[in-house]
Amino acid sequence: MSATSTAPKAGAGAPAPTAALRPSLKVPISLSVLSLVALVFFGLLGPGKTAEMKISDPGDAVEVPALMIPGQVGGMVLAILLFAMAAYAIYLWTRGERSPKWLPIVFAVVFVFALLVWIVAGARQPSISLAGLVAGSVTLAVPLVFGSLSGVLCERVGVVNIAIEGQLLGGAFTAALVATVTGSPYVGLIAAAAAGAAVSMVLAVFSIKYLVNQIIVGVVLNVLVSGLTGFLFGTVMVPNKAQFNTPGRLDILPIPFLSDIPIIGPILFEQSIAGYLMYVAVAVVWFGLFKTRWGLRVRAVGEHPQAADTLGINVNATRFWNVTLGGAIAGIGGAVFTLVTIDSFTKEISGGRGFIALAALIFGRWNPIGAFLASLLFGFAYNLQSILGIIGTPVPSQFMAMLPYLVTIFAVAGLVGRSRPPAASGIPYVKG
Amino acid sequence: MASKDKSSKDKNPDESTSEVQAADVVLDTAGGMLEPSLVPVSSQSGDTGHRQGSLLRRIVMGNGFVSVLAVIVALFLGGLLIASTDGDVAETSSYLFARPTDFLLATWEAMTESYVALFQGSVFNPRQGFQPLLETLTVATPLICAGLGVALAFRAGLFNIGAQGQIIISATLAAYVGFTWHLPFGLHLLLVIVMGVLGGAAWGAIVGILKARTGAHEVIVTIMLNYVALFLLDFLLNTAAFRRPGDNSPISPRLDETATYPVLIPGSRLHLGFLVAVLLTYGVWWMLNRSTIGFEFRAVGANLVAARTAGVKVPRATILVMAFAGALAAFGGVAQVAGTEKVLTGGVAAQIGFDAITVALLGRSTPWGTFFAGLLFGAFRAGAVQMQIQTGTPIDIVLVVQSLIVLFIAAPPLIRSIFRLEPKKKSKTPKVAPQAAVANATGGAK
Repeated sequence: MSATSTAPKAGAGAPAPTAALRPSLKVPISLSVLSLVALVFFGLLGPGKTAEMKISDPGDAVEVPALMIPGQVGGMVLAILLFAMAAYAIYLWTRGERSPKWLPIVFAVVFVFALLVWIVAGARQPSISLAGLVAGSVTLAVPLVFGSLSGVLCERVGVVNIAIEGQLLGGAFTAALVATVTGSPYVGLIAAAAAGAAVSMVLAVFSIKYLVNQIIVGVVLNVLVSGLTGFLFGTVMVPNKAQFNTPGRLDILPIPFLSDIPIIGPILFEQSIAGYLMYVAVAVVWFGLFKTRWGLRVRAVGEHPQAADTLGINVNATRFWNVTLGGAIAGIGGAVFTLVTIDSFTKEISGGRGFIALAALIFGRWNPIGAFLASLLFGFAYNLQSILGIIGTPVPSQFMAMLPYLVTIFAVAGLVGRSRPPAASGIPYVKG
Repeated sequence: MASKDKSSKDKNPDESTSEVQAADVVLDTAGGMLEPSLVPVSSQSGDTGHRQGSLLRRIVMGNGFVSVLAVIVALFLGGLLIASTDGDVAETSSYLFARPTDFLLATWEAMTESYVALFQGSVFNPRQGFQPLLETLTVATPLICAGLGVALAFRAGLFNIGAQGQIIISATLAAYVGFTWHLPFGLHLLLVIVMGVLGGAAWGAIVGILKARTGAHEVIVTIMLNYVALFLLDFLLNTAAFRRPGDNSPISPRLDETATYPVLIPGSRLHLGFLVAVLLTYGVWWMLNRSTIGFEFRAVGANLVAARTAGVKVPRATILVMAFAGALAAFGGVAQVAGTEKVLTGGVAAQIGFDAITVALLGRSTPWGTFFAGLLFGAFRAGAVQMQIQTGTPIDIVLVVQSLIVLFIAAPPLIRSIFRLEPKKKSKTPKVAPQAAVANATGGAK
């Protein structure tokens, strides 16, 4: 019966598979809409002033002249460039091909640059240090990168990690406390990793051993860590600040000569140990996940735990240790708040960055490098928001503050389309 | 599922009367009648052993009892935390082995002192009588409303982390109507409520629409929309339309007298919004258990594929349930501006939207469970203020206790192992086996 009925179906439905294979129109449409926005706002309605973007500070080893971009003309040129990319996406779509992965990324970079020109040229003081902007963005992105890497490790193995916020906060608190008590920020950094791992272990035990819904455990853990650190901050740190909350900072370790390169010097070669660790972690997690036997096992457990179990992989142990490792990484990210950004702990110091890290991980499509790039974008948005307050723009700062969140919604719904998490993410595994 | 449970029970030879069975079912689903909700699925944690055994064991194993134990254990652990940072305790611990009674006494005092203050701030104290209890009910009102919103979405299998944003949007709209329009009593309040609720429903529906149309995960979208709402409110409070004339601080004018909920008991802040919350609780119970749409919501939450096969329009259900959830949370926002605060500030939503998640979890996503969980957490919130004033214990202890309660309730085996309440394993295994087999078979069928 099945043989006879499938044959005519296959014949009649011949165009159907190609229609199903035809890539979604979402990318071309989103790019076109954004190009239009750029043309109207940044180009046609663009400000007349010229934006000055300083690339190197006076006194640097290598001095590069500042970029001078006239607001309106620059906006037009960039908008046309954006349109070209949108047109390319449409062209590919008509040929039934998917847009290449780099296209949305390049588009985003150009769009952000156009936005920057528009904002700076419209400001009271149309001048900005590009080097400072980029360096500041990377600094702000460091905790986000660690947090989203934690999310990648957990979700790839099939455990949803909403508790990134708690891991960051726990790491930040422990780093400040231990660094003060021992007098060494480096010990604080290690303690932060341990604290993040501890938070993660609770998540792992509850979601793997007790099969409690992972999102619930994550949400509750965030509240628990927020309450614990807030309580201990109030009872221990506030009365004895010198004794418990003066951790000092991690030293900045510039690499000679390389750190003098404009723009990329400070972001790549003039970091604290945590900053260097971030680059190493991104590379190691990417390599580990996609090029090693361990990574293959991890992804198998996250996609099809039953198959992995059949092949002799201990699903729950793999999950447990991956989640723990993720927590340790997020804990290091938390330490950045109290050992690099500022040198003391305050209540709720992570301020919702854990959720932004979660967004970055989804924006980056569960890929370490994607998560890294998305974190940089959000770090940039944070930094822009604070710089705008200084140079004075017509755009209310609240809307700039909203931007990362709106971008995320837009990305999750439009640009990224049906974002596909690892198949078994969020589903506990019961053997048998 | 429920019918399968029952039939397998009936086959059990040592099963006691059917009355007890009924009681058990009510305990498990607490008004759910048909199916343990989404959240209890996790909280049952694969342990069905408590359904068997004697009546006493049944009571001891019941979810209600576990909930009470969870609260006790969480309070005890919170007390230990308070004691661990107490000065007297630290002092006596230095000569712990010489005079251990001093240490234990100091620990006990540190714990009880804080909790007595908590109780006096939330239920009764000699000075004010039961006045604090009225304050508890006032604080609990928005928690109950928002908790219902979260619980309703849970039942449809959706995680509504966005109650915070829904409260903010509804409070903003309600307050705007409250202080700019000047209408007669009754009509004005009605419009305040309607506008606020529509705002919250729309904010919730955005999530449902995005989920249904594009597959965007509701957890991410709700979290992001919380921040968007927060910054939007911050922006609005800095515009002339929302600020008090001649004042630069981000605070709105007072709402008109005609726009606020009447006070129920003079001398307290308890307002009509509390009765609205009671009605809403009943309404949600009715919707979930007696109406078609409620059945569809639960069907989608219990098994999306089966619901779709049975003809439920899943996208429509998703959008509707999020709109309802937003509307329920919106009642919380209206209660804040039209009842408790009477002005709009940046902190109008406080932590209500996030507390609502723990409230819904503690209430196991059932309407009345959420109601009582809201009362409990309202008492914590109201009492913690008094506690901080009297004993200096930071308010954050409430967060610790709240989250511990939910963690313990989510994992009943943990509580049972703490209190050594495990059912005898030998007699349990053969009885559980058929049920497990059924579960496996359905799991495999998917």
